Amino acid sequence: MIRFAELYHALDSTTKTNDKIAAMKDYFTDASPADAAWAVHFLSGKKLKQPVPRKLLRRWAADEAGIPSWLFDESYHAVGDLAEAMSLVVPQGESTDDRSLTSWIEDRLMPLREMNEDHQRQAVIDLWRQTPALTRLVVMKLITGGFRVGVSKRLVTRSVALASGIAPEVVAHRLMGNWEPTAEFFLRLTDPDAQDTIVSQPYPFCLAHPLDPDAGPKPLGDIDQYVAEWKWDGIRGQVIRRSGQTFIWSRGEDLMENRWPEIEAASELLPDGTVLDGEILACLPDGEVLSFGELQRRIGRKTVGKKLLTEVPVVFHAFDLLEHGGRDVRELPFSQRREQLQNLLCDITHPNLRITELIPATKWQDWQEIRQTSRERNSEGLMLKRKDAVYDVGRVRGTWWKWKVAPYTIDAVLIYAQKGHGKRASLFTDYTFALWDGEALVPFAKAYSGLDDAEIRKVDHYVRRNTKEKFGPVRSVTPTLVMELAFEGLQKSKRHKSGIATRFPRILRWRHDKNPKDANSLDELLELLPE
Amino acid sequence: MLSQPILQTTDSGLYCAAGDFYVDPRRPVDRAVTSHAHTDHARWGCRRYLAAAPSEHLLRMRMNENAEFQFLPYGETITIGGVKISFHPAGHMLGSAQIRLEHQGQVAVVTGDYKLETDPTCQTWQPVKCHLLVTESTFGLPVYRWSPPETIAADINQWWKESRDQDKCCVLYGYAVGKSQRLIASLDPSIGPIYCHGAVQKGNDAYRRSGVQLPETIYVGDIAGKHDWRGAMVVAVPSAHGSPWMKKFGRVSTAMASGWMAVRGARRRRSVDRGFILSDHVDWPSLMTAVEACAPQTTWVTHGYSAVVARYLNEQGRDAIAIDNRSRGEDEEDTTAEIPEATS
Ligand SMILES: [Zn+2]
Ligand SMILES: [Zn+2]
Repeated sequence: MIRFAELYHALDSTTKTNDKIAAMKDYFTDASPADAAWAVHFLSGKKLKQPVPRKLLRRWAADEAGIPSWLFDESYHAVGDLAEAMSLVVPQGESTDDRSLTSWIEDRLMPLREMNEDHQRQAVIDLWRQTPALTRLVVMKLITGGFRVGVSKRLVTRSVALASGIAPEVVAHRLMGNWEPTAEFFLRLTDPDAQDTIVSQPYPFCLAHPLDPDAGPKPLGDIDQYVAEWKWDGIRGQVIRRSGQTFIWSRGEDLMENRWPEIEAASELLPDGTVLDGEILACLPDGEVLSFGELQRRIGRKTVGKKLLTEVPVVFHAFDLLEHGGRDVRELPFSQRREQLQNLLCDITHPNLRITELIPATKWQDWQEIRQTSRERNSEGLMLKRKDAVYDVGRVRGTWWKWKVAPYTIDAVLIYAQKGHGKRASLFTDYTFALWDGEALVPFAKAYSGLDDAEIRKVDHYVRRNTKEKFGPVRSVTPTLVMELAFEGLQKSKRHKSGIATRFPRILRWRHDKNPKDANSLDELLELLPE
Repeated sequence: MLSQPILQTTDSGLYCAAGDFYVDPRRPVDRAVTSHAHTDHARWGCRRYLAAAPSEHLLRMRMNENAEFQFLPYGETITIGGVKISFHPAGHMLGSAQIRLEHQGQVAVVTGDYKLETDPTCQTWQPVKCHLLVTESTFGLPVYRWSPPETIAADINQWWKESRDQDKCCVLYGYAVGKSQRLIASLDPSIGPIYCHGAVQKGNDAYRRSGVQLPETIYVGDIAGKHDWRGAMVVAVPSAHGSPWMKKFGRVSTAMASGWMAVRGARRRRSVDRGFILSDHVDWPSLMTAVEACAPQTTWVTHGYSAVVARYLNEQGRDAIAIDNRSRGEDEEDTTAEIPEATS
């Protein structure tokens, strides 16, 4: 465990990608397969099921440190992270339990879930008394589920590849889908001779890059090399048909079971050994695509009722073919994959499984013009794909481009601020913005990103000097700062005070040139609502 | 409660009416009794200063030379307007003092900044019994618990050695006066040469003039032209971090030594390679020990997490109030006030 804590520390104390990869590679090289499997599990963002409620942890930490609970909470607020607050406030442990990472997790942490409160309490206190500060921080992060240390799954993949000599694409593929962090899993992950045939396993997704809206598509070169499709606001997914079974995966690598019965039904028509890449869309029988807001009504439902099924029918819009006749076809050029996809789907007529429409054009200007009509179609713009490109899993630029229509923008006033988390725990980085409704400012959107570090520091300074009231961690501030916000979509909402919900709001720029009274009104926001 | 407190809080800071003087005033006043040479305590522009004798060189270096200075050895007493004043070691930095005031049988002690750990560059804190204790609370939260200074010194020297072996130059940040000299005194000069930023070197000179032994240090500005900085230790003020001044050192490993480094967010915000948790202020356990040892009837808490500490002391059955409503711990956590000179 100490070795894993040291890895955490090494990753946490550098921002350099190469140092991170080197630290992980060393760990994967030395660690037992079981420890390495758990390390991959946590480093790629998976968590333990919360074994102990946070509320109890806070209470016990206060008790163990011999301080009142309000004082623990003050400390927690100052630190900004529960695991770190516990590891700092509770006095250092005496003895040290240096069992392996696997044993820590399987013999000490996972059993916590099954215990009653008294036993849990005793177990947690024992754990505090047997850990030096650094190990304790890591253990508490595992328990609270806040194990974030600034490495992406891609970095983990590269490190495992380096440590094992297996190609990164193969490692990436083997890390897809559901797996249990066991020694067997890690051995298979790093086995040069293993057969990659797990029936439910998806392929890594190819990602698109945004096209610079100012430069447009001209720098891409010859239009003959490209096809264009509508870019819809849905859920990216992979439909897998193997051994008479269907699996639908989301990009976040969730196996979505029983969520999309109409797509599952349609997929039964696919021959075995087929994997499709596409988008799940809310779509009426006449082909009209509904807004993401409609689709959202079906997200998060484990099972879907009849009423919702008729109100919000979904369609799988297939745009790529990754496996055909049981063969991985990702190395074929896009034009060939597309052709095979067309041949495959033309035999299947099912309203809930369609191939995407390619938009004809002879010059860039044609796409430029049709792109202007995106909004009225509930589309976000166009996707441009190179005909000769393989299905990429690395982030190689230049094969898929998203050419979005300009976002909505509005000038709003900052009225509340809250401290960030993790790295930014000591700064006010989370803001709530308001628009005018007559004489009143009505909050309508929260935004976290868009300012640079220097600006964040200035806003932080402003918030501290201009706090009107504190409500727990939230501060209301004198409404002076005006910022231009951008967002991708708008929809009516009863849950929001403003009556409207924004999608992906972010800060475009700080409008130093504007006074609060120059900010926009709620009516002006409502005017942007699509009909 | 005390019948007639010796001290009262005013806009200009703590005021003693009987003696007509201020303790560590916030604004220029006629007569200041000064706990130590940091700029948030030794306010520029007063007419007269009274301070502990070992702080003489530091104070003269920083204050207007036309001001009138009076220095008193630790433990000796002077009487002003019927108030007996004496200075007692605070352990914060060279010449830092707790200020003891006695008037009509009532004793008040103002701690200034203080720590309980030993420090080779100054005298160690001693408890002074009193009726009224005015204590700082910069690190007045239970998250702050310092390790023994020898452990930190060993960590710093270890980091220096490792960086040297990787052909890097170490740059260690600490406040120009106080922290830097404490750091330098704990460096192991057998590892390599020690260089100093201008502001730090000035502080070193004042320390040496005051009789404090420090390892040999070289002023960075004295090195002309190309120079091999590999394996060197450069002690600099935090504001030098990321400035063009740093370029000359080539490949560096940077570190900050401060109590704030205990918290990961603060450490990351500094964007240095290493954070050493080394403070010249009391941590939570020391603060409690100190209050216990001084056994005051009333405690006034200032300079940090005042409200938190006062509330806690009250719950422990002590009479305590926070005398500043500003939360310094939160708003000035970089304590730039302790970085007097700009980067040279
Ligand atoms: Zn000080
Ligand atoms: Zn101070």
